[in-house]
Amino acid sequence: MDGVALLTIFILSIFVGFEVVSKVSTVLHTPLMSGANAIHGIVLIGGITVTGSATSPIEITLGVIATLLGAINLVGGFVVTDRMLEMFKPKKPVARSDDGGAA
Amino acid sequence: MTPTWVQLANLVAAVLFIFALKGLSSPKSARNGNLLGAAGALLATVVLFISGIPLANILFILAAVLIGSAIGWISARKVQMTQMPQLVALFNGVGGGAAALVAVIEYLEVGGENKITLAATVFTVVIGSVSFSGSIITFMKLQELMTSRPVIIPAGKWVTMLVAALTVIGAVWLVISPQVWLLVALLVLSLIFGMLFVLPVGGADVPIVISLLNAFTGLSVAASGYVLGNVLLIIAGTLVGASGTLLTKEMAKAMGRPITSTLFGAFNGTTAGNTSTGGDRPVRSGGPNDVAIMLGFANKVILVPGYGLAVAQAQGTLRELADLLTARGVEVDYAIHPVAGRMPGHMNVLLAEASVPYEQLKEMDEINPEFASTDVVLVVGANDVVNPAARTDKSAPIYGMPILNVDQAHQVVFLKRSMRPGFAGIENEILYDQKTMLLFGDAKDSLNKIVSALKNL
Repeated sequence: MDGVALLTIFILSIFVGFEVVSKVSTVLHTPLMSGANAIHGIVLIGGITVTGSATSPIEITLGVIATLLGAINLVGGFVVTDRMLEMFKPKKPVARSDDGGAA
Repeated sequence: MTPTWVQLANLVAAVLFIFALKGLSSPKSARNGNLLGAAGALLATVVLFISGIPLANILFILAAVLIGSAIGWISARKVQMTQMPQLVALFNGVGGGAAALVAVIEYLEVGGENKITLAATVFTVVIGSVSFSGSIITFMKLQELMTSRPVIIPAGKWVTMLVAALTVIGAVWLVISPQVWLLVALLVLSLIFGMLFVLPVGGADVPIVISLLNAFTGLSVAASGYVLGNVLLIIAGTLVGASGTLLTKEMAKAMGRPITSTLFGAFNGTTAGNTSTGGDRPVRSGGPNDVAIMLGFANKVILVPGYGLAVAQAQGTLRELADLLTARGVEVDYAIHPVAGRMPGHMNVLLAEASVPYEQLKEMDEINPEFASTDVVLVVGANDVVNPAARTDKSAPIYGMPILNVDQAHQVVFLKRSMRPGFAGIENEILYDQKTMLLFGDAKDSLNKIVSALKNL
């Protein structure tokens, strides 16, 4: 994809990023930060991609480290956020549709 | 070239990330939001493996993914609730490190032909490394592996500026004349800068710094996406960068401190945790919605009425709030200090007037052991009767007075008219505690707003 298209995506994403968190309660600051932290763990994709085309031992070594770190960020981030959010579980699930399920 | 269906799957993942952030902004949808984000990440990862894009070293990759996932999963499950902030800082740091490494490897593989790509590479390496080393220092501060007080290095301001200047020069030089040794030097300089940047920050401001570094990592991931020509990384990284920046600003505002004084205050010796007295110390204030959410999702709440409740004649509204919480399944008690108000038993009378069931009124000796297991304490117009100075500060006029052990609860909310000290005219340290939130205003007015916010929850 050419540079201008990527730039367009970048700029539009900035606006979306501002918009989605514009009205957030201070109580949710920490879980939101943690959730956002998990999302940038998607750098894992980058780690896999560069390792997949690495040829020299140094490239492979660094690639494996990058992939490892990305996976820690991604998986750990989502799991720890979920634990933080356990406190927001509805306590009395009466007359309320079960929204979590067994997931 | 990436197959179209893979690009479409990545688009779905990007949309899921947007829903995740949107969901995380509201307590009702937060948990599902987080799960949507995880689903998006899983989708993108699985699709990459089955896309047919040739991946060399596949065994190494799979091992790294599995081991990394296991480390992340186990540490996130095992960590104690109180240690979560430092774990988030650590996760953020390794993410920044991963982004920096990705850019370095791509440079080693492809080289620096295109100047714009090279600039993005440099950006990723610098910001990713700063985020990495800064987050590690933050982690060490929170884990108490080092002091959480601001660390002032002699001439730290000048050293930091020098390192920053060298980093900028190195970055520009690298774009003009790409060389591997220069890239390594830049990496090291950025790591040093990240440490210097976070060291002077005081304990209370650390959460704001984590949030800022989180935004940094987001931006470096976005830049690494540009380097690799990966649209999903650009979108996800930018979303985090933008929302993280806004969030940092909001957090700083909620703590009553402009972001600049958080980051650079230490150089001038004015950062939080550095001062022990003074009227302009940072407090965390919130709105009625925040208080309603805290109360509504707590398991156990203790209400501490004081003179302010009597002045505002808010006893009926307080009872309404207690009833709403009870109906939601929250355990609610009233903690009655013998000298709360301006006469003995003032509070019992006042609450009896609002027909509060007598069993819910707990005397001090009965309720004090309960605070440690209480999620939220709501202090309505009381101050001296919850002031820990009575236990600790021999010079305080109230020293020795038995108090309600509000400071032992997980979170404390004060409804106050102003920051003025209580009747005894002494500062209350709880007001400045990180677990304390203040809602300013007339007690009745504030309670009414909380009640209506709670009804809409």
